[in-house]
Amino acid sequence: MNKPRVKLPEAAKPGDLIEIKTLISHVMETGQRKDPDGKTIPRNIINFFSASFAGEEVFKADLQPGISANPYLSFFMKVPGPGEFEFTWVEDGGNKVVERIKLNVT
Amino acid sequence: MKDAQATPLIDRRAFATGAGALALLAGSAGRLSAQATEPAWQQALKSLVGDVKPLEGKVTLELPEIAENGNTVPLTVSVESPMTANDYVKAIHVIATENPQPGVATFRFSPLSGKASAASRMRLARTQEVIGLAELSDGKFLIGRRSVKVTIGGCGG
Repeated sequence: MNKPRVKLPEAAKPGDLIEIKTLISHVMETGQRKDPDGKTIPRNIINFFSASFAGEEVFKADLQPGISANPYLSFFMKVPGPGEFEFTWVEDGGNKVVERIKLNVT
Repeated sequence: MKDAQATPLIDRRAFATGAGALALLAGSAGRLSAQATEPAWQQALKSLVGDVKPLEGKVTLELPEIAENGNTVPLTVSVESPMTANDYVKAIHVIATENPQPGVATFRFSPLSGKASAASRMRLARTQEVIGLAELSDGKFLIGRRSVKVTIGGCGG
């Protein structure tokens, strides 16, 4: 899997409500399509995403083939204080991408 | 509900939805027999709420009225909630009633979320109603619906 993109505000204060935007390149193959020979192309999707901050769970998503290719996810967090995000994307078969990004808390 | 013209579609769709329904229902054998009479999305909904009747109109779904490309339809779901440790939205399930696999995503929140809102991009196979089902920390369910006209279907099949 490719390196994901994550957009955080440049700076935030404790108590602020911030939006976190994430994007990762992935085919999100549904398992419903057929190749030119009529064989079903096997399903291959990112089926799970999670975000935690300073070790606390913030947001999770269970994804099905109904999510578009290159899955985009955005969600919110009320900033509890300084800390680092940990984002995890999990593909069918268990491959994982983990991204850690510190939030600039002022 | 289905007219005669729609009949040729049913077999293909019933086959396709079987896989999705299985995933959603964790293979409950009893439900498979109901599949012939009940659309897959209703089974998906029932597997989440049981016999509880969700409160209508409290889940906001932001979707385009007309989606030209069903492969990537922007979606935002949200529920008004104080999002405190005692009163928060645990999850919002998104169900596409006419997709081969109606379950699209489940977004799970925590009190740290601050706001029960999430956005993504979804596939829509054809013109249909999209359902947002919210599960609250006190065990209640809320539901919202939104119709989307799809010009070019997006399940790649």
